[in-house]
Amino acid sequence: MSKKYFQPEIETMSEEWIRKIQDEKLVKQVKYVYDNVEYYRNLMDEKGVKPEDIHGVEDLHKLPFLKKDDLREAYPYGLLATDLKNCVRIHSTSGTTGKRVVAFYTQHDIDLWEDCCARALVAAGASNEDVCQVCYGYGLFTGGSGLHGGSHKLGSLTLPMSSGNTDRQIQFMMDLNSTILCCTPSYAAYIGETLKEKGYKPEDNKLKAGIFGAEPWTEEMRRDIEKSLGIKAYDIYGLTELSGPGVAFECEEQSGMHINEDHFIAEVIDPNTGEVLPLGSKGELVFTSLDKEAFPLLRYRTRDICVLSRKKCSCGRTFVKMTKPLGRSDDMMIIRGVNVFPSQIEAVLLNNGYAPNYQIILDRVNNTDTFDINVEMNPDDFSDTPKVITAKEKQLQAAMKTMLGINPKIHLLSPKSITRSEGKAVRVIDNRKRLGITI
Amino acid sequence: MAIKQLSIFVENKEGKLVTITDSIANANIDIRAMSVADTQDFGIFRLIVTDPERAKDALESAGCFVSITKVVGVSIPDVPGSLAKVVNILARHNINIEYMYAFITVSKKNASVVLRVADNEAAEKILVENGVKLMDEKDVLSM
Repeated sequence: MSKKYFQPEIETMSEEWIRKIQDEKLVKQVKYVYDNVEYYRNLMDEKGVKPEDIHGVEDLHKLPFLKKDDLREAYPYGLLATDLKNCVRIHSTSGTTGKRVVAFYTQHDIDLWEDCCARALVAAGASNEDVCQVCYGYGLFTGGSGLHGGSHKLGSLTLPMSSGNTDRQIQFMMDLNSTILCCTPSYAAYIGETLKEKGYKPEDNKLKAGIFGAEPWTEEMRRDIEKSLGIKAYDIYGLTELSGPGVAFECEEQSGMHINEDHFIAEVIDPNTGEVLPLGSKGELVFTSLDKEAFPLLRYRTRDICVLSRKKCSCGRTFVKMTKPLGRSDDMMIIRGVNVFPSQIEAVLLNNGYAPNYQIILDRVNNTDTFDINVEMNPDDFSDTPKVITAKEKQLQAAMKTMLGINPKIHLLSPKSITRSEGKAVRVIDNRKRLGITI
Repeated sequence: MAIKQLSIFVENKEGKLVTITDSIANANIDIRAMSVADTQDFGIFRLIVTDPERAKDALESAGCFVSITKVVGVSIPDVPGSLAKVVNILARHNINIEYMYAFITVSKKNASVVLRVADNEAAEKILVENGVKLMDEKDVLSM
C-alpha cells in the first residue's frame, strides 16, 4: 500500500521535538564516544572539553572537529567504538596512497541506515507494490547495499542488479516491470539514451521514479533524465563515513534534500575558521551522528559546501533541507561517481617513475564524465616510433585504474612542456563547470 | 655508414609544426627527406637534414623534444622493381623493416630511400653483399 512517509511520526514531528530528541541523543552519543574511542577522547581532552560540558545541541560547537585525515590516521580500528564481535559489516571509500577509509556497522547501525534509505524511497513514491531496480555498485561501495536494504525494509520487490551490463539492465527493466530505478544520474541518463537507441519510447517502460546520487548533477540533467525515462528524478546524499546514501534525501518538492535529523545533526561552518555559520549561510557541511554504535562520528567535516534551510516544505516533512553540494572546501573531485584526489594521481606518477607534474582535464560529454591526464614523458622513453609511447600510456593508465577504480585517458607530453607552477599549481581543469557542475 | 635521422615529438597542438619548420628554416638547414608517424594524440616527425646536430640544437632552443636515430640510407636505380629488390633481400634475411620513406630530392637516375631496421650493421652488410648502394652523411649533403 502506498504511503506518504515511511516513519510519519518521525519525519513530520515538530521542530521542538526534533531538537529535544537531538539534545538527548547527543549527550548520550558524546559520552559513548568519549568512553569508547580513545582517538576522539584525546581530541576532546586536548580541547579541554568533557562529556559533562555537553548538555545539548547548543554545546555542539565546543567539540573538536573530525577530518578525513583523522579517519585515515585512525585506520583501520582507531575510531571503532565497539567490539568487532558486535559488528556485522564493513564498507569503504577509495583512499589516497593506498590508505582507505573503512566504516564499521553493527546490526543496529544497518537498521537505522536502511530506515533512512526506505524514507528516501517512500519520498520518491515507492511502496511495497513497487519493483525497485538497484543498479548502484554492490560491494565495498555503499550505494548498492544502502538502497537494496531500504527497498527490502519497505517491502518492495528488489532487483539487485549492481552496475553495468546495460542490455541486461534494460531486459530486466522491461520484462519485470521495474518501477523505481536507483543508480548514478549519469548511468540513468545512459540507460535513457540506450532505451531510445533500442527504439523504446519513454512511455514504454513502467518506471515512475528514480533515486540518483553519488555524483554531482544539475537541474538540466534532471530534466533530461525525467524526459528520457518518463519519470520523476530525485537526489539523495550520503557519505560512507556516516553510513552511506540516505543521510539526506529529496521529496516531491525537488527543492533540496531533507536531512534525517533524528540520526544526524547538521552544521554549516566557515571552512577557514571553523566558526559555525547562521542558518541560510553557505559553508562547509559538518555532521554529528546521534545513535551509531560501531562508527560514531562527532563533528565530521564533509568538505561539501552547501546551504541549509528550514523553510516549510509542502511535503509535510519537518527535517532541515540542504542544497545539493555547491562545491568542495578541499581538492577532491567526483569523477563518474568516484571520489578522486589529486594526491592519488601524484602517488601513482611517482611510483611509476614520472615527474609529479601533471594536468587533469575533466569534462562531461553525453552525460558521462571524461577524465584525461596530461603527464610529461621521461626523455629516455622517446624514440622514433609511437608504439613505445603508446605502450607507456597504457601501462600508466592501468596503474591509475588500480589506484582510482576508474580509467583515465593518459596523454604523455614532451618533457618540461607542462607549465611549472609559480605558487599554487593549476592541476585541475574542470570544464564541467560550464554545465554548472561545481564538484 | 648509417645516417642520422631527427625524430621530433609533435603534440597535436596548433602551431607546433610551424615551430619545427621555422627553426630549421632559420638555421638555414635543408630538409632532404621526411615522414610523419601519427596517432590520435601526437605525431613523430622524422627528418633527414643537411646538418643534424645543428638542427637538433635549433629545435631544442625552440622548445622541441628531439632525439637522433641512426637509419640506413640506400640509393637505388630509378627503375621498376628496384625497391622490390631491396625489400626482398631484407625479407630473405629476416630483417624486419619498421618503417621506410623516400628522399624528396629527385635525380633522373636514382631514387633514395630511408630504411628503419633494428640492426643497422646487419642490414647494411647484407645490402652491400647484394650490390645495393648505401648512402652516408656526405651523400645527404651533396644531394
